Amino acid sequence: MTDAVIELRGVTKDFGEDVVTRVLEGIDLRIEAGEFTALVGPSGSGKSTLLNLLGLLDRPTAGILRVLGRDIAELDDAELTALRGRSIGFVFQFHHLLPALTAVQNVLLPLAIGDGHVTAAHREAALEGLRAVGLADRADERTTRLSGGQQQRVAIARALINRPPLVLADEPTGNLDTATADEVFELLRSFNRRSKMAFLIVTHSPELAARCDRIVTLVDGRIVEDRAIEH
Amino acid sequence: MPIAVFIALQFLREGKTASSLVIAAVGVGVTVIVFLSALIGGLQQSLIDKTLGTQAHVVVRPPEEVPRLLRADDAPADTIVASRVQRPAQRVRSIVGWQRTMVELAADPEVSVVTPVVSGPGFAVRGTASKSVNVLGIEPSSYVRVVAIDDRLVAGRLPDSGAEAAIGSELAADLGVEVGDKLRLQADDGRTALFTVSGVFRLGNREVDERWVLLTLRSGQTLLDLVGGVSSLELRVRELFDAETTALRLGAATGLVAQSWMNTNSELLTALRSQSASSLLIQAFVVLAVTIGIASVLVVSVVQKRREIGILRAMGMSRGRIVLVFMVQGGVLGMLGSIVGVAAGVAVAMAFRGAVVDARGAPLFPISVELPLILTAAATAITTGLVAAVLPAIRAGRLDPAVAIRHD
Repeated sequence: MTDAVIELRGVTKDFGEDVVTRVLEGIDLRIEAGEFTALVGPSGSGKSTLLNLLGLLDRPTAGILRVLGRDIAELDDAELTALRGRSIGFVFQFHHLLPALTAVQNVLLPLAIGDGHVTAAHREAALEGLRAVGLADRADERTTRLSGGQQQRVAIARALINRPPLVLADEPTGNLDTATADEVFELLRSFNRRSKMAFLIVTHSPELAARCDRIVTLVDGRIVEDRAIEH
Repeated sequence: MPIAVFIALQFLREGKTASSLVIAAVGVGVTVIVFLSALIGGLQQSLIDKTLGTQAHVVVRPPEEVPRLLRADDAPADTIVASRVQRPAQRVRSIVGWQRTMVELAADPEVSVVTPVVSGPGFAVRGTASKSVNVLGIEPSSYVRVVAIDDRLVAGRLPDSGAEAAIGSELAADLGVEVGDKLRLQADDGRTALFTVSGVFRLGNREVDERWVLLTLRSGQTLLDLVGGVSSLELRVRELFDAETTALRLGAATGLVAQSWMNTNSELLTALRSQSASSLLIQAFVVLAVTIGIASVLVVSVVQKRREIGILRAMGMSRGRIVLVFMVQGGVLGMLGSIVGVAAGVAVAMAFRGAVVDARGAPLFPISVELPLILTAAATAITTGLVAAVLPAIRAGRLDPAVAIRHD
C-alpha cells in the first residue's frame, strides 16, 4: 500500500447546537499520492462540507482525519493553518483570485505566506508557474482584466506553486464554457500526470468525472460508491 | 517585504478612493491639531514671556515682620495691654546671611541662576519734576540671566559703575532724560545721590517702564541704607512650571519667604490652564472623529474583503497575520494622513501668522510650530490609525475561512 496523502476514518460532521444537523456520517476515504479522483453527488449531499474537512478548513465532529500521517485532532489552530498552507492547494469554481493583485502576485501568495515575506525568488517561481499555464505574458495584469478561463488558469498556477501533496478543485470548470472547461480539465490532468500530486475534483459533470481515475459518490452525507475507472 | 505589509498596501491601493478620503480626513484632523497647538502654544508662550520678562521665577525674601506681644502677666502694673494687634508697616530689610543662603540656593538642582537684589521706594528728581520710582540695586551680570532686561534696552546699557542708572522708557519720557543725562534719586529717608543715565529699557509693562530705576548693587544698598544687605534673592529655575514646588521646598529649607511666579500670577495660570484644557478637549474630539472615520472604513473593508480573507486563510495565512494586514492599513492611513496634515498645518499656521498682523506688520498672534509639536501630531495620527484598526483587524482575524470563502 502506498502512503496516504489524506485519510478519513469514520468521520462525522454535525452542525448546530440546539438543533443538530448531521451533514456527513461514517466517511471512510483514503487518497494516495498521484491519484486523480472525482467527487460527485447531488446538491446538498455534503460535498462542500467534505471538501472543507479535506482542505483543513474545518474539523470533524467525530472520527479520524489524517493528513500526511498526522492526526489533525492533535494540532492546534496555528499548526493546522501551517499544515494547510504546506499541504493543500485550492482551485475554486469562481477562481477566487485577489482582485487587488496582479496575476503574478496572486500566484506567488502561497510561497510568500509560507515564508512570511515576498521575495524576488517568489516572483520568479510565480512567473514559471504562469508560463506552465500559458499566461507568462499576462503576469503583470490585474486578474480582473483576464477572461474566465485565464483566471482559472491563474488559480491553478497558484494552487500548484508550492507543489502541495493534495489539490482540491471545487467545480473548477463549472463556470466555464465547454471548450474552456475541457482545456482547464486537461491542464489539471497534465499536472497530475507529471507529478505525484493527488487531485480531488468536485464536479457535477459525469463526462469529466469519467475522465478521472476514480469516482467517489456522496449521497446524503454518506459515500455510496467508490470505484476506480479503467481507461 | 513582509507578506502582511504587501497585502495591506495592495488592499489600500485597490480602494484608492476610500483610502484617499480617509487620508484627507486624518490630514484635516492633524491640521487642526497642529494649527491649534501652534496658536495656543504661541499665545501662551508669549503671555509667559511677557509676564516673566519683568520678574524672576522665584523670589526669596526675609520673613515679614510681626509685632512682638508683651505678655500681660509680665507687664508693669500701669501698662495697658492692647486688645487689638496691628500689623507693622514693612520696611526694607536684608536677608540675614544672604551670601550663605545664596550659595545654598544655587546648589539646588532645580535652580539655574541666583541673583541678589536690593529694592525699595524712592523718587527720581530732575529740575522741578519728581516721580515716584522703585529703586533696584542689581548685579547686572547675573540679573540679566534671571530677567533678560538687556534684550529690552532701547538705548545705552545697564549700569556698570556706582554713578550710573538705567531707567524705564516711560520714566525717561516723563522726566525728559536721555542716555548721558543726570538724574537725582532720593530715598524715602531723604538721602539723595546723583546718577548718570546709562541706559533706557522698555519691558512692555507700563508700571515697570514708568517706575523702575536700576542701579548697581552697591549703589542701591547705599541709597536704600542697606549697606552689605540684600532685600531679596531672585532665582531662575530649570523647569518653569515646577517653580511653585521648588519655591515651597526652598522656603521650607531656608526659613525664608519664597514666592514663585505661579503664586504671584495665579489668575494668569488659571487662564492658561483653562486654555490648555479647552485646546486638549478640542483635540480629543478631533482624534475621536478621526478614529471613528478610520475604523468605519476598515470595518467596511473587512466586510468587503471577507472572501479575500478566507482565501488567504485557506492558503495558510495565520490569524495573526490577517490581524496585521488591517493594523498595517490603519498605521499607513494614519502615517500618510499625518504627513498631509503636518504639511497643511504648518502652511496654515505660517499663512495665519503672515495674514493677521498689527499696524506695524508684526504678527498679532505669535505662532510657533516646533519639531516636538510636529512629531507629537504625527505620532498621534499613527497611533490613532493603529487604535482605530484594532477592532476591524480582530474581526478579520476571527473570520472562519470556510464561511468567508463562500461569502458572495
